[in-house]
Amino acid sequence: MKLFSTIGAYLLMLKGMFTKPENFKMYWKELMHQSVEIGMGSLWIVTIISLFMGAVSAVQTAYQLTSPMLPKETIAQVVRDTVILEFAPTLVCIVLAGVVGSKIAGELGNMRVSEQIDALEIMGINTKSYLIGPKIIAALITIPLLVVLAMVLGIYGGRLAGSLGGILSGETYDRGLLINFFPKNVWFALVKAYTFAFIISSVSSFFGYNVKGGSLEIGRASTTAVITSCILILFADYILAFFIL
Amino acid sequence: MIEIKNVCKSFGDKEILNDISAVMETGMTNLIIGTSGSGKTVLQKCMVGLFEVDKGDIIFDGKNLTNMAQEDRKELRQQIGMLFQGSALFDSMTVEQNVKFPLDMFTKWNHQKKIERVNDVLARVELKDTNKKYPSEISGGMKKRVGIARAIVLRPKYLFCDEPNSGLDPQTSMVIDKLIHEITKEYNITTVINTHDMNSVMEIGENILYLYNGKKEWEGSSKDIIFNKNKKLNEFIFASEFLRDAKDMRMLEEKGIVDNDRNMEKIMREGGANLLMNDDDKSE
Ligand SMILES: Nc1ncnc2c1ncn2[C@@H]1O[C@H](COP(=O)(O)OP(=O)(O)OP(=O)(O)O)[C@@H](O)[C@H]1O
Ligand SMILES: [Mg+2]
Repeated sequence: MKLFSTIGAYLLMLKGMFTKPENFKMYWKELMHQSVEIGMGSLWIVTIISLFMGAVSAVQTAYQLTSPMLPKETIAQVVRDTVILEFAPTLVCIVLAGVVGSKIAGELGNMRVSEQIDALEIMGINTKSYLIGPKIIAALITIPLLVVLAMVLGIYGGRLAGSLGGILSGETYDRGLLINFFPKNVWFALVKAYTFAFIISSVSSFFGYNVKGGSLEIGRASTTAVITSCILILFADYILAFFIL
Repeated sequence: MIEIKNVCKSFGDKEILNDISAVMETGMTNLIIGTSGSGKTVLQKCMVGLFEVDKGDIIFDGKNLTNMAQEDRKELRQQIGMLFQGSALFDSMTVEQNVKFPLDMFTKWNHQKKIERVNDVLARVELKDTNKKYPSEISGGMKKRVGIARAIVLRPKYLFCDEPNSGLDPQTSMVIDKLIHEITKEYNITTVINTHDMNSVMEIGENILYLYNGKKEWEGSSKDIIFNKNKKLNEFIFASEFLRDAKDMRMLEEKGIVDNDRNMEKIMREGGANLLMNDDDKSE
């Protein structure tokens, strides 16, 4: 029962967001602010994760491909496909669920508990659209960009690990990258990125916005937001893979 | 004028407000008093629509908030200023940005004009040189004043203050009370104040509503309060022995049993606390 009322409340929150902005300029300013917070705020962690996950998948693929029958180019192919299809969108978004999700839930939870949301509401501002709308849009703009960056860096990380570890030369790697490349995979990854971006931002907004009680609840809401986002991301990942691939 | 008609509000099966009716007058400081947990904050939040009432009506100069469309409600709210119990300043913004925020959102003024108005109201609440500070860098009393400044920056018709002087020293409390009172008169605002501070009650209580366990127990002005016969109200107001004695003396004096005592006059006028100070200390 509680699950259904939570889903209902979540949908009502999304519906409540759609009203005419009181002042377009202020919404724009908030959108820019959130884009910087969400996008720039996670740039470093995404960079580091993608380089390493590319590197690790190159090394591991090399380790598993012991047969001399297979050309070295295969390593590049495998790294490319796993990074584009799974690592860049899903793994990065799981990490972002932690980084961005807890930030959003914490920020809104703090605003709720210290009555800042009430203060905005009392001024005659639709807090759902002013506080949550820009966060979701900012996530939809920046998270797919981060995912694309993660693809590039992940593949580059594989190349780096391959040449530094003496596994395969940069030229071989580059050649491998071009074999059997399906641009469709990139589109698929982007569909995932947009879906996950929406899940992360809306779910953590929902839990932060609806915090009741004191500061203890803010921490609890952040945790719930991150866990719920992660589960929904994995679930959506499966559904999308099932229907699109 | 704000009319409250038969308002009821429960959380779960816990009844908080029980059939409350009252009128908040324009150009006056209307006080809601009562012990901690008596429902003052809930009543005020019902009045502005942050809580939906279960039953009853809240009428702002003829406009009924309870059955208002969302858009009309937003419009009405632009005429409402509110000071929250915990100030509720936006902690990512400086004092200046906090006060300027309603102007940014709801006016098309140029930057210059906005800053002028901001400095205007900040001077009004006697805050200078704090423009660039963040809420975490100023004291509790200053936060309250910033809260008031933000609440009045759009020249509201209705001003709500939830315990404007809780946690403040008596002197600062007095300054804030006076400030709210002056603003009310100056702009002819309908002001509603929640408080359990007896100094405020005596000082600025023009129209007082006493809540007891979510019910309206008594209403009147600060003049009526001294001679009231309501047992619960007396227990609340004259909680200290000192004040009880003072009240008894005043009653006896009214009946001509004791002589007029200069100090007693003072207690009645200033709510007792000032009596504890020397006369010299008080001359400002
Ligand atoms: N959101 C809420 N959910 C459930 N109960 C609440 C809520 N807000 C207030 N209450 C209950 O309503 C009652 C009245 O609370 P309220 O905050 O109005 O008291 P108050 O008169 O403002 O007290 P104080 O002087 O301490 O501020 C309390 O018993 C409180 O537990
Ligand atoms: Mg209260």
